[in-house]
Amino acid sequence: MDSLFDFHGYGWMLWDGLRVTILVGLCAIVVALAMGLLGCWGKLSGNRAARIAADAYTTIVRGVPELVLIILVYYGVTTLLQHVLQAIYGAEVLIDIDRFSAGVITIGFIYGAFATEVFRGAFLAIPKGQGEAAKACGMNRVLIFRRILMPQAWRFALPGLGNLWLVLIKATALMSVIQLDELMRKADIAARAVRLPFTFYFAASLIYLGITIVSMLLQQRAEGWANRGVRRA
Amino acid sequence: MNIAVIIDNLPRFAAGLALTLEITAISVVIGFCMALPLALLRVSRNPLLWMPVYGYIFYFRGTPLLVQLFLIYYGSGQFRDQLEAIGLWPFFREPIYCAVLSLTLNTAAYTAEIMRGAIQAVQHGEIEAARACGMSGGLLYRRIILPMAFRVGLPAYTNEIVFLFQATSLVSIISLLDLTGVARILISRSFAAYEIWIFTGALYLAVSYAIIWLFGKLEHSWSGHLRDRPGVQLAPGAIKQAVALR
Repeated sequence: MDSLFDFHGYGWMLWDGLRVTILVGLCAIVVALAMGLLGCWGKLSGNRAARIAADAYTTIVRGVPELVLIILVYYGVTTLLQHVLQAIYGAEVLIDIDRFSAGVITIGFIYGAFATEVFRGAFLAIPKGQGEAAKACGMNRVLIFRRILMPQAWRFALPGLGNLWLVLIKATALMSVIQLDELMRKADIAARAVRLPFTFYFAASLIYLGITIVSMLLQQRAEGWANRGVRRA
Repeated sequence: MNIAVIIDNLPRFAAGLALTLEITAISVVIGFCMALPLALLRVSRNPLLWMPVYGYIFYFRGTPLLVQLFLIYYGSGQFRDQLEAIGLWPFFREPIYCAVLSLTLNTAAYTAEIMRGAIQAVQHGEIEAARACGMSGGLLYRRIILPMAFRVGLPAYTNEIVFLFQATSLVSIISLLDLTGVARILISRSFAAYEIWIFTGALYLAVSYAIIWLFGKLEHSWSGHLRDRPGVQLAPGAIKQAVALR
């Protein structure tokens, strides 16, 4: 048996896959944060319809496995759009969402539900009097959000969002099911090509572990930054 | 909507759900039994004891479950000769055993970490008081620390079970016919994708919230002495918290 980490010239595939994984992860977390802020606004707003929609969103997404949602969104939404467009235009329409966008949208949509809860907790942790004080100073709602609420919400949300990112980047491995060329699928292709499954999956797992370690270090720094100016006991 | 495709295939869905629940239950039980000693080793002060456990927990929490599943199911093929030599190959050849093994190792790591947090959350005063009463070692853990830790860790553990239940859907990728696997097969035969996916999702949703409800009851009864007067419900946030991130 030769050395465990002999990639037989397929090591570059892992590197290619890593780049796609990180890119998908970063784009998806942006979508998730946007969905999270939207969902959080829905939950905390006085608007009844918005609250019901946001509650339904988080309840359904968190109760159904990611894999089911991924397959449902990837295959279901495209065919649904085709059927709708076909009904409108009467002619056959072919929609082809590329895998990268599909992956970003699906993962972002799923983790947006978790981000909603993180943001909700963070905004609720800010004392109500601060918003009232800002209002008394004559700030409008956008200014209050930008100057008073958001800077503090970051501080409360960062631990939760860091956790979210760690779960999200691991969930991108499921994108291999819809044949997106990320780390897991590249490792899969290489493993089948040279018939060394353990070598390549183990290498992939160590790369994911590396992403986790780097993310945790960055999270610590980010929390230090967000907590600057906070007096500690 | 094509409801007939669901009604006709109800026995198949039931079989899939049964396999999903079976895999979940076995992994949860074995994982829990593994997690308790692991957590005790993890809080030990001896580096020879806690460092290997820390490495194990870190690896299984830091890598995707899909990779762990593939590593055990496909990866074991690379060592087929050695495994055959020691007679373990029949075990690793079967997808069901590999699925249960990887899910068990995964949940044991997460559960051990939950227990570690809960054990360390037990207040010093309680431990000191127990020591003052003459308890030490096993008795201290059995009577004071573990009952307290189980109560503290229960919401997070509920989460973990729900996540594990949902994560079992991955076993369909290694050709097992769990609920997701059944749904995928039925779709490829009938093309009634929406109906089948929506029904499957609804089943997962129902079981997830049933688990949360069940453990909410357990939590309620375990925290009886903490409620200030009879008839007072737990805070409405308690159930929502249970679904939060792990």
